[in-house]
Amino acid sequence: MKPEELKSQVLEVMTTIAPELEPGELRADKPLRNQVDLDSMDWLNFLVALHERLKVDIPEADYAKLVTLDDLLAYLKKKMP
Amino acid sequence: MTEFKLPSLGADMDEGKLLEWKVKPGDAVKRGQVIAVVDTSKAAVDVEVWHDGVVEELITKEGETIPVGTVMAKLSGAGEAVAVPPSAPAPAPAPKPARAKAVPPSLRKPASPAARKRAHELDVDIDKVTGTGPHGAVTLEDVEKTAKKPTPAKKPAPAAPAPAPSPAVDRQLEMRKAIGAAMSRSKREIPHYYLAETIPMHKALEHLARANEARPVTERVLMGALQLKAVALTLRQFPELNGFWRDGAFRPGAGIHVGVAISLRQGGLVAPAIHDVDERGLEDLMRALADLVKRARAGSLRSSEMSDPTITVTNLGEQGVEAVYGVIYPPQVALVGFGRIAERAWAEDGALRAAPVVTATLSGDHRASDGHRGARFLAALREQLQRPEEL
Repeated sequence: MKPEELKSQVLEVMTTIAPELEPGELRADKPLRNQVDLDSMDWLNFLVALHERLKVDIPEADYAKLVTLDDLLAYLKKKMP
Repeated sequence: MTEFKLPSLGADMDEGKLLEWKVKPGDAVKRGQVIAVVDTSKAAVDVEVWHDGVVEELITKEGETIPVGTVMAKLSGAGEAVAVPPSAPAPAPAPKPARAKAVPPSLRKPASPAARKRAHELDVDIDKVTGTGPHGAVTLEDVEKTAKKPTPAKKPAPAAPAPAPSPAVDRQLEMRKAIGAAMSRSKREIPHYYLAETIPMHKALEHLARANEARPVTERVLMGALQLKAVALTLRQFPELNGFWRDGAFRPGAGIHVGVAISLRQGGLVAPAIHDVDERGLEDLMRALADLVKRARAGSLRSSEMSDPTITVTNLGEQGVEAVYGVIYPPQVALVGFGRIAERAWAEDGALRAAPVVTATLSGDHRASDGHRGARFLAALREQLQRPEEL
């Protein structure tokens, strides 16, 4: 999957969790959960939705690595089947 | 013949608007079946019936706003009349297709209630009006200006009765009013006392992390669920904190139905109940919690969840606060709050180390309990969280 395509898929999943999100206003290099106001339930739902869409399982131990959207995209790229 | 009355779906509700009947005269209904959808100031709520029987007559019309206690329908037939919602756990509702009207209010055009009312009277489509109010909100004046413009080819009046209007109408304003009314009543009537206790969390965190390692992402359990279970189990020893203050006396709850404060993305909050939390396994509780949060945010709650929480738990730790001293939701008599889990310098057995801790608080109703018992409750909660394997 091309990086641009992956990003748009991730943002699409994100807007199902946070419908008010304007993807254009999201800074990819700033902490994601802060910007989108995701609590742990939103975050879990986001990961479940990503899992369904991309077939990637993100263990809890890896959460700390996923601070920004850029982090998440790089992580997914490595883990994608 | 039994009467089906509009139930109170929370202390902050005194009327509701019938959006939709799910049954018609002649239909057989079963206890627990959703028979109507009622719009409260907070959400569109699926209202369940508490009698088996047959619908004889539907009295309230769709679109009508009625006070709590109004007879909405008459039922006849076998089955005993049950006055209160059952305490049995509601079956996990199957995921249902989102209703068209469950559009998050945040996507809707902001408009004042007066503007919406006028738009309806003048047959103006509010989504097409240019708003000049704060944040582009449509004002009364905007609607009237638009109405004066000649409209191209007026739409013919619909032959069938119009579908239920959006329950999201003015939800945010109405919700603020409802929360204000309930909290004012609480502060006016309930003599609150407040207690706080710092609880070491390393055992609970380790236990959860270990258990979650083996779980797929779809079955992962959050700390919030573990805390709910700990509160519920501890409450078994403190029945005076679990129930209602009604007619000048304390009435213990029939089960431990924990109201979970859920903030809505568009603002405001609801605190619907998960039933019999003390009897549920952690995975089951987590599923119930995830489902409840999802439905609360989609505006699809059930009447039994809205009407019978016996205590409320609020967790503001994710927003980064140290502690939350909550306002009790009447007629309940207690509220438990959790702050952020964070590492602090912790002295134990003469040694100092860094340990994750959380501040748990109890807001208690002094009419129903005293600080002494409240303090014992928090101490027992602390001890319970040191034995996470029991949760």
